Amino acid sequence: MVRRVSERARVTRTKRGREERADDLDAGRTEEVEGGEQGERLKAELDDLLDEIDDVLETNAEDFVKSYVQKGGE
Amino acid sequence: MAIPKVVGIETEYGVIARGIDLNPVTASSVLINAYAGRLDGRIGWDFEDERPGADARGFALDDAMAPEVETHLVNTVLRNGARYYVDHAHPEYSSPECRTIREAVVHDRAGEEILRASMAAARAALPDGAEIVVYKNNSDGKGNSYGCHENYLLARELPFGTLAAQVTPHLVTRQVFCGAGKVGRESSDEAGEDPAGRGTYQISQRADFFEEEIGLETTLKRPIVNTRDEPHADPSRYRRLHVIVGDANMSEVATYLKLGTTALVLAMIEDGDYPADLVLAHPVSAIRVVSQDPSLRAGVLLSDGRTIGALGVQRRLWEAARLHVARRGHAALGESDTTETLERWGAVLDGLESDPERVAHAVDWVAKRRIIEGYAERHGLGPRDARRRAIDLQYHDLRPATSLAARAGLEPIAKPADVEAAITEPPSTTRAYFRGRCLAKWPRDVVAANWDSIVFDVGTEPLRRVPMMEPLKGTAADVAALLDEARTPMDLVTALGSQVRTSSFRPTN
Repeated sequence: MVRRVSERARVTRTKRGREERADDLDAGRTEEVEGGEQGERLKAELDDLLDEIDDVLETNAEDFVKSYVQKGGE
Repeated sequence: MAIPKVVGIETEYGVIARGIDLNPVTASSVLINAYAGRLDGRIGWDFEDERPGADARGFALDDAMAPEVETHLVNTVLRNGARYYVDHAHPEYSSPECRTIREAVVHDRAGEEILRASMAAARAALPDGAEIVVYKNNSDGKGNSYGCHENYLLARELPFGTLAAQVTPHLVTRQVFCGAGKVGRESSDEAGEDPAGRGTYQISQRADFFEEEIGLETTLKRPIVNTRDEPHADPSRYRRLHVIVGDANMSEVATYLKLGTTALVLAMIEDGDYPADLVLAHPVSAIRVVSQDPSLRAGVLLSDGRTIGALGVQRRLWEAARLHVARRGHAALGESDTTETLERWGAVLDGLESDPERVAHAVDWVAKRRIIEGYAERHGLGPRDARRRAIDLQYHDLRPATSLAARAGLEPIAKPADVEAAITEPPSTTRAYFRGRCLAKWPRDVVAANWDSIVFDVGTEPLRRVPMMEPLKGTAADVAALLDEARTPMDLVTALGSQVRTSSFRPTN
């Protein structure tokens, strides 16, 4: 399974002007194992999701995590 | 001889109010009332026969110690045969009884849609900017857990001790494909401290909360095998195994596997085909060892002194299940689900054995981990960054606009049209059919219902109670014509004759 940040995702991210960490990207890109058709499809979907996630993710993660308090159940 | 496996799932959802200050009990009540208020008539729950204190090992707890039955909270029965109510401080959806695994997955999905419709209805009823949001998960990350329980019908003659010993290895290790994944640790021996575990990732949401091998509790000192002996059916013929150890799944394939593999293992145990040497020495520590090892390499100790990995246990169970089916046939699950379960089970083990990433379309803990790791890599998150935990929570968010699971590339297996139908239609092959059809046809005359009976107001005293002690009677084949012909509940109880009892039920809400 290939574990690296795709070219497409990297371009999108740069275009949006988000923080760049070239070192991490390069390190990530060299990691390589094997992939299949399904692996590629999933990866493309993951890249799309990661592109989207900043728009969807709770804006203040710290507050959100802190305020998510439940009573025990069952 | 294994009996047909009637199954169901009960899910307690996490709930938060945003933009308005509501305690969780009120939030849950508003949610369910907003949904149920749109329905035709309100049906109460009949507690007459509930015995949550009865123990499968043959004794009953004193009333003072019995788990509380909350009769004052919102509690309703839906036309699809499900129960939708406030349990403790959570909205809970209990699916109707299903005869096939596929059907149970469809009804679990229908439950999600009902919660979505409830959120929308509540939003419309609340002031602008206020909403109630539900999460299909099992922990708040702060030591509080709520359950997703499965139920399986078993033959009464199966000795409970045998059942408990032989089902435990599956309940401990099946998390490798039906764990929902969690950032951090919450077990009581680690609580309060730092958690070394805070930056770690584990396979199961629930493993941290199990402290006993066997017992009646569900809220404290939770046991891997729950002994509640409340069959909701003829107790001389049936047991209901109440499995409390599982995670709620976003992946439909994971829900399918959780139910299908467990039902097959139970059929194997009923038929005496379980591999006798596959018994765990220390199940409670094993369930945490397995959960805390996403590399899937850790070993667990068997009672004969050998060590075996979780995948090794699952491979043995899969092989034994294939032999069992070859020898005994498909009677317990039916041919279609038996075949599909064995295929999916074998395939997910193949994937996990070679590279878990290969089953990211099916296994929640892998799908969630990909998102967290992908995001962390892209943004350079440290191991304790709150965004890891935020992604974990938001994976389970049921709002379409914000759910991460909905965007994770999970393989759907329930047809959308079937899910849509299951919101209002009961399964046709269990007694849920009779319950659901009666509620749809006479919403104002059914004064109460529960799993094993319905109470009618037929217009004259006393109330009439129709017992349903056989989960596989009251199906469409049994009663569709009868229900079509009866114009009123009086017609129905007249046709049912001596099966009908009187009832002393008094509505409380």
